[in-house]
Amino acid sequence: MAQVSDKVMVELRNVDKFYGANKVVKNLNLQIREGEFLTMLGPSGCGKTTTLRMIAGFEAVTSGAVIIEGEDVGNKAPYQRNVNTVFQNYALFPHMNIYDNIAFGLTEKKVKKEEIRQRVGEMLSLVQMDGYEKRMPSQLSGGQKQRVAIARALVNRPKVLLLDEPLGALDLKLRKQMQVELKHLQRQLGITFVYVTHDQEESLTMSDRIAVMNSGILEQIGPPDKIYNQPATKFVADFIGESNIFEASVGSVDGDNLNVIFETGSAEVSAAGFSHDEMVYISVRPEKLKCSAAVVPGFNIRGTVKEHIYVGSIIKTIIELPNGQELKMSLLAGTPLISPGEVVWVYWEKDSTVVLHTHEETLYNLIEQVPKIEVSV
Amino acid sequence: MKQSNKQLTKLLAAAFVTLIYIFLYLPIAIIVFFSFNSSKLNIVFQGFTLQWYGIMLQNTDLMSALENTAIVAVATVVISVFIGTLAAIGMFRYEFRGKSIVDSFLYIPIVIPEIVMGISLLAFYHILNISLGITTLIIAHVTFSMPYVVVTVRSRIAGYDMSVEEAAMDLGATRLHTLLRITLPIIAPGILAGAMLALTLSLDDVIVSFFTTGVDSMTLPIYIFNKVKTGVSPDINALVTVIILITLLILVFMRTFEAKTSKKGQVG
Repeated sequence: MAQVSDKVMVELRNVDKFYGANKVVKNLNLQIREGEFLTMLGPSGCGKTTTLRMIAGFEAVTSGAVIIEGEDVGNKAPYQRNVNTVFQNYALFPHMNIYDNIAFGLTEKKVKKEEIRQRVGEMLSLVQMDGYEKRMPSQLSGGQKQRVAIARALVNRPKVLLLDEPLGALDLKLRKQMQVELKHLQRQLGITFVYVTHDQEESLTMSDRIAVMNSGILEQIGPPDKIYNQPATKFVADFIGESNIFEASVGSVDGDNLNVIFETGSAEVSAAGFSHDEMVYISVRPEKLKCSAAVVPGFNIRGTVKEHIYVGSIIKTIIELPNGQELKMSLLAGTPLISPGEVVWVYWEKDSTVVLHTHEETLYNLIEQVPKIEVSV
Repeated sequence: MKQSNKQLTKLLAAAFVTLIYIFLYLPIAIIVFFSFNSSKLNIVFQGFTLQWYGIMLQNTDLMSALENTAIVAVATVVISVFIGTLAAIGMFRYEFRGKSIVDSFLYIPIVIPEIVMGISLLAFYHILNISLGITTLIIAHVTFSMPYVVVTVRSRIAGYDMSVEEAAMDLGATRLHTLLRITLPIIAPGILAGAMLALTLSLDDVIVSFFTTGVDSMTLPIYIFNKVKTGVSPDINALVTVIILITLLILVFMRTFEAKTSKKGQVG
């Protein structure tokens, strides 16, 4: 991570992308730094792939600007941009062998034969595919195809490598292995990676920063630990990892200590910047949730233990509240369990929650109405 | 008991297959056989000779018909492959209003009776006051061959992953280079199959050609057709034998090409 510099490599400025009335990307502003591993994370249809394709040049922006190394590339075709893409389905050329596939970009740039031979060789060893030159793509496994696709992109020495769910088609074990390899590769080469995925775990493992997108809006951008521990919106809290979310109103405010009231009880949390009677979301991670057989001062949440689910080293306990809401609590295996059917009192440490304003949606609508400065291209 | 039943079944199956092949190939074999017959009649074999091949080469009417056929066939293949391939790519790649209608109209020449097509083309040329000749013949042949090219190219292109083209452009290839280095090589087997179909259709077409040919542009099938009315002469046998030989050579060539491409891997 030491290689991440302050230099901005890719910038998206007020980018909109509409297909007719369908707004796929809304007023996106994003700066990606040199040498950074940035992941665009979100559910399918959130606009992350479209954003990647706008950087690559396969899609034109409806308005706004895509700037690569300080240059507006709005008018440039994909083959004129110094970025390369690794496609989800590999997109290897079926009629060319592995050598010719990797050499394709270099032959298009009319690089000398000698140099092509040398650079293709280097790439093959980089992705551990030495000796596969003469094979055809149809003779390779999914993981091998992906390695070739990465080599084919990297051989051009791009400033930015765009990866569109590159591991989506691989099985879990291979995916985990490739995640580590990709991360090593990125550190070794110091190239900016823009990585699109819907797999939040993948994004947490690999990224320097994660940009969480939802419905064409950038919800939050930040390092994995910040995204996980301090989600900025309810969506982020819900999408990254697991969360127990309460819709609550602020009762009394005492400095940073809030007393919050919700349908199934009341609780204490600590957070700054909230006022009396305000509607908020309280997000509690399963590992922060606790329960006790007796009432805990400050808390009044009564639930019934429903079941225990074993997930290897962790046991998930499901606690049902009177209104039917199910809370998830995770405990380390070996912790004594409360048998299903027993009544428990739920609580947490005051500072282990995230409190969110509920007026996010209205806020975004406001942002959209702010007139934008059109960047001419 | 059971054993003999099994053998009988096998025997019957073999006999059945043999009969089918005799039915398919005996007439052709007879033609080839009689092309070497020294008698003028296709009834008795008098002795071996190659004279009909010589006579065939000296028959100027026949040779000019052959020449016309070749010209028309080559022109038809080139034009229909060009238009058909572009149509197939375009229909695959672009979405536009009324596409399904435009698309189905492409295939109508395949199902329309040839006689209808022949008459309507003749009427069309007449209205436009175009005199019949090689050109009208070529236009007619392109009209019925082109849809077949579209069909074969499209079946090849259907399994085509568009992101391959994006990958090529991403790697620095211009649109033209992408077409030449990626798209065309991948769909080449479909184009070749379409070309072969167009060639065969053009070579042996009688009905449409009958209506659209001029006095000086007699093609081989029509020449033979006219000749048959007065009895098949042995030089026609010789000519047919030559055509069979050429067809076989093309078939062998196709097979080798197919084997080569399938070894290179399928699309996707």
